[in-house]
Amino acid sequence: MVQFTLPKNSRITTGKTWPKPTGAKNVRKFSIYRWTPDDGATPRVDTYFVDMDTCGPMVLDALIKIKNEIDPTLSFRRSCREGICGSCAMNIDGINTLACIYGMDEIKGDVKIYPLPHMPVVRDLIPDLTHFYAQHASIMPWLETKTNRPAKEWRQSIEDRAKLDGLYECVMCASCSTACPSYWWNGDKYLGPAALLHAYRWIIDSRDEATGERLDDLEDPFKLYRCHTIMNCTKTCPKGLNPAKAISEIKKMMVERTV
Amino acid sequence: MADVNRGDRPLSPHLTIYRPQMTSISSILTRITGNALIVATLMIVWWLLAAATGPEYFETANAFVTSWFGDLVLTLSLWAIWYHYLAGLRHLIWDAGRCMDIKSAEKLGWICVIGSVVLTILTIIII
Repeated sequence: MVQFTLPKNSRITTGKTWPKPTGAKNVRKFSIYRWTPDDGATPRVDTYFVDMDTCGPMVLDALIKIKNEIDPTLSFRRSCREGICGSCAMNIDGINTLACIYGMDEIKGDVKIYPLPHMPVVRDLIPDLTHFYAQHASIMPWLETKTNRPAKEWRQSIEDRAKLDGLYECVMCASCSTACPSYWWNGDKYLGPAALLHAYRWIIDSRDEATGERLDDLEDPFKLYRCHTIMNCTKTCPKGLNPAKAISEIKKMMVERTV
Repeated sequence: MADVNRGDRPLSPHLTIYRPQMTSISSILTRITGNALIVATLMIVWWLLAAATGPEYFETANAFVTSWFGDLVLTLSLWAIWYHYLAGLRHLIWDAGRCMDIKSAEKLGWICVIGSVVLTILTIIII
């Protein structure tokens, strides 16, 4: 259901202001969401000051620098630092993106960092993605076949393979789904842009033989049709993909198979 | 399976921290104008009902509808109708699978916003 305000345990208070680095000339202010399950307190926003002259160019560089030099308790997910693992997805400067490939030169003024919106917070910038992953699993993200297994491999023409471009690159960072107001209000039943993009990736795969079943499963007032083409998903995707277009293609196929 | 929402996990902030986008604002305006028009229609229905009831009641209703507040509501409704109409056309284009990229969607959004204002002014001048 639509609940515009945050529940009582989630309201944000002003947190600690950490000391400025001494002797630094080029200092930038960071406001970062903090919450830990350990102290029973509500979330807060801490303020950090980072010396930009000794910091790398990406937001993740600053986060790692804060963790190394100012506050080791700051928690966030990160791994590949080159936009391929999808771990460091968070809300930076009001939009969802990957901290590792978002340059600080793209941000005007102070840097505000929150976890991915409307998600249960495990700690600091780490959202609980259990439900998000379960939704991905529900669309059967694998090749479903009925005919006998070929002797060597399932073959595909170059043209059919090209249909998967712009879909297979998704790294499941959850930026798009957590940018979607429909997913905020109905995320329990609406699959969200990421899972639907993956659904479409298997629907149009020429080798897949379960297209009908896949469409049947999405024929539901919530799973697919809560998409109202708000397009926050496409606007925010750090990989430059277009989940809104993929969803629109599924909707088109739904109509085409009944007329 | 992971233990979901162990230890009273807070919900991360959403509406208040997400930067408004051209696409999201033009989308929510469609819904707001649609719902506001229902309310404005109720006023018109009340006005017509009053006319059917009797001259004294009509006097009261007519005074309200033709007051500055009534004028304001009707002028805003005029804009809302144009906006909702253009946004509806935008959805038709999208339903056909066209213009499903950010550049075209934002362009269409601006056409809805600017177009609705221009059409409202034109309507006022003509009528």
